[in-house]
Amino acid sequence: MFGALELGLIYGAMALGVYLTFKVLNFPDLTVDGSFTTGGATAASLIIAGVNPFLATVAAIGAGLIAGYITGLLHTKGGIDGLLAGILTMIGLWSINLRIMGKANLPLLREDTVFTPLRENMLLGTWVSISALLAFTLILKFAIDWFLTTDLGLAIQANGNNRQMIRSLGVNTDNTTMLTLALSNGFVALCGALVAQYQGFSDISMGIGLILVGLASVILGQAVFGSRNIFMASLGALLGSVIYRLIIFLALRAGLDTNDMKLTTALLVVLALLLPRWGFLKRIPSLRSRSNRASSKAPAEPADDPASEAGAQVPAGTVDTPADTPGVPAGTPAKAAGRTAAGTSAASDSKED
Amino acid sequence: MLKIDTISKTFFPGTVNERKALQTVSLELDESDFVTVIGSNGAGKSTLLNTVSGRLPVDSGSITIDGAEVSRMPEYKRAKYLGRVFQDPMAGTAPDLTIEQNLSLALKRGKSRGLGRGTTSARRALFRDELATLELGLENRLKTKVGLLSGGQRQALSLLMAGFTQPRILLLDEHTAALDPQRAALVTNLTQKIVSNDGLTTLMVTHNMEQAIALGNRLIMMHEGEIIYQASAEEKKALTVKTLLGEFSKLKGATLGDRALLN
Repeated sequence: MFGALELGLIYGAMALGVYLTFKVLNFPDLTVDGSFTTGGATAASLIIAGVNPFLATVAAIGAGLIAGYITGLLHTKGGIDGLLAGILTMIGLWSINLRIMGKANLPLLREDTVFTPLRENMLLGTWVSISALLAFTLILKFAIDWFLTTDLGLAIQANGNNRQMIRSLGVNTDNTTMLTLALSNGFVALCGALVAQYQGFSDISMGIGLILVGLASVILGQAVFGSRNIFMASLGALLGSVIYRLIIFLALRAGLDTNDMKLTTALLVVLALLLPRWGFLKRIPSLRSRSNRASSKAPAEPADDPASEAGAQVPAGTVDTPADTPGVPAGTPAKAAGRTAAGTSAASDSKED
Repeated sequence: MLKIDTISKTFFPGTVNERKALQTVSLELDESDFVTVIGSNGAGKSTLLNTVSGRLPVDSGSITIDGAEVSRMPEYKRAKYLGRVFQDPMAGTAPDLTIEQNLSLALKRGKSRGLGRGTTSARRALFRDELATLELGLENRLKTKVGLLSGGQRQALSLLMAGFTQPRILLLDEHTAALDPQRAALVTNLTQKIVSNDGLTTLMVTHNMEQAIALGNRLIMMHEGEIIYQASAEEKKALTVKTLLGEFSKLKGATLGDRALLN
């Protein structure tokens, strides 16, 4: 139980990274599977080489930043689809991670790690270690909250929300996209470094399927805490990670095998995505509108509920359709866009009145 | 202020779908000029605006704003000269951000964005004053997400966002076309107000002849990628929809086939 809480908090760092790309930037970044291992591999091999574990962790963050930046480069400058760009980096990182570690598994058994002070004082698995980890991840959370409300952070939020608009306001969306991907993977690599030190080894396959864990955390957190504002959304991502670990813990308790955990995770994500569609847990997420924009337009929220999430999501789904038609002759598409816009604006007008 | 010099733009060159959207178009706007652009579908109105804004590159010709050559400048860099309002009311604002956050984004148009707070109390006071001029009560809803506003409100907000930082050029791309008549009239009035208050140099594309005549001090008519008629400030005062339609058929021996043009 304490172990699950600790792990949940450590993985919270990764959930925050996934939140940055998936929710804020609206970019499904699969680099995560690779950059997580990169973080673990970098930290582990540096620690074995005698580097201070804190420095090694910082270096791991740097490696993650670079990994995310590469995905960003492929996507923005190379024009490669976001999913594919992430997959390409992730696959490429597999070899790089093996190079970093030199072999598929690096044990850290007799090395000093960032957890050594806790471990030596028998504090791991107690409220002390949980409080320490909670404090640490909350610092990360507040850093993200703060960053997203700066001028630059607002531009990043707008980038995920309405790219055409923010470009017309003078933001180089290529740069903000790359920056966000880099930051996100920095968080993921930090998480990888911590996990490697916590479990006492770095393994080439430690990142496999991790993006789903991140998604599960973000979605679960959102189901429980909503996404009214940044504060709640990032808190949701962080605590969603804890909830996820508790569910896994209970699933193992219930007699499931560790090998079943990937399937459990996948089912968890599927459930969290499908339940809202069946009228349950109504206030979740734009993940649905991503896959099915048409249906997300349907629910008309009463106007006297300004905090309603569904209301806020309705225009989000429709907004980028007309925005992405550069290079197309002005006449016909503009006309069509006008018609859909008229339709949706009429809908929102009636909502307002 | 804005000088468009013999620009051309062809879509899908060398294919069967080749379409000359702009054919050596030249146009000059002086300080505080408000030029309305009309024309039927496919006349090149929006293409003209999109080449000025940088969304579309030109094939040839030059565009200078305030003496600076911008035709090779990427869209996001040109933003420091330009305020823009799009046809789609959803396009000019970020729905998941609040009104004050959207205004903060607009406030930093064309400037570098750092790690300063996005919404300070000083900015909030400014936003309240600006929003009050819209007379929509938005000044009391600074923390409302823009996605919860109606289309008309969002378009009014977009207009404010484009105008309140005093851009060198204001580009309006059929910004009332997607609104119902009542809200279109509201946004038209606001346009008049914002442009005349700050003396903004404005280029406005519209489908609506009456609006084109009512607003601005100059008018141009486009057809098949060319400017076929220009009304100077003097001529424009005497213009009616009828004389405009007469001009068009006289010049092209065709009738404006567009339903929207006739209302």
